[in-house]
Amino acid sequence: MSALPMESPVARPVGDVLVSLTDVVKHFPIKSSALGRSGKEVVHAVDGVTLEIRQGETLGLVGETGCGKSTLARCVTRLFDITSGKIEFEGNDISKLNRKAMRPFRRDIQMIFQDPYGSLNPRRRVGSIIGDPLAIHGISSGVERKRAVQETMELVGLNPEHFNRFPAEFSGGQRQRIGVARALVLRPKLIVCDEPVSALDVSIQAQIINLLDDLQDELGLTYLFIAHDLSVVRHVSDRVAVMYLGQIIEEAPGAGLYNRSRHPYSRALLSAVPVPDPASARTRERIILVGDVPSPIDPPHGCRFHPRCPKAAQQCVDEEPQLIPRFNDPSDHIARCHFPVADGEDLAHAKPTLAAAERIVPEPGALDTGSTT
Amino acid sequence: MTRFLIRRVFQGLIVMFLVTLIVYLLFYLGDPHDIARRLAGRQATPDQVQAEYVKLGLNRPLFSQYGHFLWRLLHGDLGANFVNGVKVTTVVKAAAPITLSLGLGASVIWLVLGVSTGIYSSIHPRSVADRTFTALALFFYSIPVFVLGLSLLYLFFYQLTVHGHAWFPASNYVGLTDDPFQWARHLILPWITLALISAAAYTRLSRTSMLEVLGEDYIRTARAKGLSERRVIFRHALRSALTPVVTQFGIDVGVVLGGAILTESVFGLPGLGYEAVHAINDQNLPLIIGIVIIAAGAVILANIVVDMMYAVLDPRVRL
Amino acid sequence: MTQGINDAIGAGDSGQILEVLDPGMPNTKVIEGRSPFALAFDRLRRDRGAMISLYVIIAIIVVAIAAPIFAAVTGHGVDTQYRGLDALSPAGAPHAPSSTFWFGTDDQGRDLLVRTAYGARASLEVGISATALTMIIGVTIGLFAGYYGGWIDILLARLIDVILSVPYLLLAIALVEVLGHISLWIVIAIIAAFGWAGVARIIRGQVISIREREFVEAARSLGSSDMRIIFVDILPNVIAPAIVFSTLLLPASVLTEAALSFLGVGIPPPTPDWGQMISDAQQYYQQAWWYLAAPGVALLLTTLAFNIFGDGVRDAFDPRTDRLFAK
Repeated sequence: MSALPMESPVARPVGDVLVSLTDVVKHFPIKSSALGRSGKEVVHAVDGVTLEIRQGETLGLVGETGCGKSTLARCVTRLFDITSGKIEFEGNDISKLNRKAMRPFRRDIQMIFQDPYGSLNPRRRVGSIIGDPLAIHGISSGVERKRAVQETMELVGLNPEHFNRFPAEFSGGQRQRIGVARALVLRPKLIVCDEPVSALDVSIQAQIINLLDDLQDELGLTYLFIAHDLSVVRHVSDRVAVMYLGQIIEEAPGAGLYNRSRHPYSRALLSAVPVPDPASARTRERIILVGDVPSPIDPPHGCRFHPRCPKAAQQCVDEEPQLIPRFNDPSDHIARCHFPVADGEDLAHAKPTLAAAERIVPEPGALDTGSTT
Repeated sequence: MTRFLIRRVFQGLIVMFLVTLIVYLLFYLGDPHDIARRLAGRQATPDQVQAEYVKLGLNRPLFSQYGHFLWRLLHGDLGANFVNGVKVTTVVKAAAPITLSLGLGASVIWLVLGVSTGIYSSIHPRSVADRTFTALALFFYSIPVFVLGLSLLYLFFYQLTVHGHAWFPASNYVGLTDDPFQWARHLILPWITLALISAAAYTRLSRTSMLEVLGEDYIRTARAKGLSERRVIFRHALRSALTPVVTQFGIDVGVVLGGAILTESVFGLPGLGYEAVHAINDQNLPLIIGIVIIAAGAVILANIVVDMMYAVLDPRVRL
Repeated sequence: MTQGINDAIGAGDSGQILEVLDPGMPNTKVIEGRSPFALAFDRLRRDRGAMISLYVIIAIIVVAIAAPIFAAVTGHGVDTQYRGLDALSPAGAPHAPSSTFWFGTDDQGRDLLVRTAYGARASLEVGISATALTMIIGVTIGLFAGYYGGWIDILLARLIDVILSVPYLLLAIALVEVLGHISLWIVIAIIAAFGWAGVARIIRGQVISIREREFVEAARSLGSSDMRIIFVDILPNVIAPAIVFSTLLLPASVLTEAALSFLGVGIPPPTPDWGQMISDAQQYYQQAWWYLAAPGVALLLTTLAFNIFGDGVRDAFDPRTDRLFAK
């Protein structure tokens, strides 16, 4: 693992807790018929998430598609009402606020969306899209608003003279800059970035990430940065939380997670990150998970990862592991696993002791433990 | 399929119920005293007017009248005419076959005319024939029914008759069972009027839809297999190209009834539309309500039939 | 949406160059963005058929406004009944077109040219106002039903079904009769009362798909009110289909107005009206074809011009779909 090139982000001054989530749950009822009669079944999109985001830091949130990370982002920005739990922003409980009461907080909590095509209204001019937050919150008007918008456009690397253009006249990367400018124009405290680069070309991803990084240094922003790709998160995050089936399964400072991940799932995700150096790529372990993520309508008992885990044992079915420090880890490195992965342990050769009936059994040869990719 | 049918019929009944409610309320929101006064005659005393009012049941609460009306409707009774006491159902029974003859005959003509010209145009796009059909379609799409009807009457009834060829009669209706030849002869001008107006939209619709289908991959595959062009078009393309035509037809049942009112009025055919216009002039509410409800029922029924036909035409639709 | 993302990935190369070159570089080209509407109008301007029909429409509007000039030039009042030999035969039959009465006279010896010119007023007034009213009602109801969903939507959807399943011409004439008196505004209101359902159904469908787009979610995350989302974010996205629909509605409203008048429930006489004139001509046209021809051709020309123009508008706003009446 140490062969992996790890660039730890520069340590930033970290302040007080800005956002804190306590046991946040979000369930979606399933419509069982065309008549809209909602059945008893629910999708457990977010199932008891506790998190803290500190002033000035970037918290990376990673997980596969459908693990609930985007739902969590929409709970934090209160686009969704949460089922239970508590969300505090600067010490104020915002989890039960109605739309009107939420408005003042929206100035401080902004969001950048995944799809730079869908998130910009195609029928409105860029200037009015970026100026929207100012208009909605009744801040400035006329020339003053235009100046604020153009300043922000310049800040994100857009030509301020393109004020009157339509989104269709910009490339994907530039559109995402427009999205960033819209989130920035009110100078918020927290920006929730929901996979801001997944829809972009790889070379452009780096530009947007660097832009976000620069803006953070310049304006002292706090990010909740969501991605399904660990290699993206590693560039920006001070701390990383890994999510699986609606739960946080591991949370650690960047370096801690990359070098000493404890949860087999985090380890598997890390091993999937492409490595630019062919020599190290050939020798490193590759853990390939079997099967798909189970249905969030009826998540597995005990540890939710047990049907796919290479180390699963009977205890994993019977008892849900707690999110606590494992081995001698510092208190800020916590994992939800009964059998955490030790330093230097080779997961590729692990044998589950759990009965096959409880697991997703790999087809012969499907679990590639070799050294080639 | 059966479940879908049951649900669809149930939905149709709800709409039907709402139609009766709205139509009934709308018409009785007019001043009922006015009707009684009119029916009692010019020289009637206020007492006579009041007697007429009570006789018509207009003094009872509105919802009681409506309940009574619904109850009779469920038994197939639409009440009696205000004017001469003839049962509404009797009038409808006499008028419906005329409207039905007009509508069915015209739809056969316009479907054949519209779909065939549309398909010909799609096979030979931008040809002289295609352009001609397009221009004609635009012309007939824009011309008012009554202008076309009167023009046809002028050319094919008046001018021909004046020149000694009395091929087409101006008006009247002869029952199909009485004399099929005379039946068709009397209906041919009304049929053509109604059909030309409606065919225009079908020419365009089937042309567009056929062109779209002919561009699909599976048609290219069929051609690549070496199938004859005729087989490609009639066995492979036509089925899916006809789906939007069927949809349009379902929508048009209501439109046809509107067109039938005007056509019947121009050609003096005593069909439902003609009766309705006369009923309105006489303020004969039960007859108007009866005809509106029957027409709405026909539209709702036609839409259910169209939904069924989707499944037959397009195997992808699972009901 | 997936398509958009795929496009973005597929266009990686060119996008990359743009990315590197664009930020900060002074752009020498026009900075003013061309709105989708400006582009549509450009396409429309290049459509010869649509432009010719637009001139015809303008000409008809000019005739309607300048109708008194026709009366002044010919010296014939709109309701004046002429009794001379050149106006009405001794038997009371209309007179054919002549140098005095260019379009001939009707059965009461009135000048058909002047009456046809005045008739354009009723057609256009009702056609345009009814279309505008229908669009306003239909778009508003479609916006709210589509945006809010729920029981409001279910109720409205049923109401739309009901309205679309009654034969509206029949109900319209019945309604005029129930109301007891007729005016221009009642005719307009009746056309709108039966027309809005079709508009609302189309707009509602559009809104339901737009509502799920991310930019609406973005607006909500910024703290936009529902009203602002509906009118600032969603409305501009349904304007194009609304314009397209109104081009179909306009000739249809003109036809409906004429049909109501033809059936005797239109604008009350003596106001000249094409439908009314055609209805009157029914008894005389076999001997006096011009009596039918004058209002008939005027009506046909109006609907034809609106239909050709509307076809061009549809083509300009959505070049991908085949036009209803291709060239």
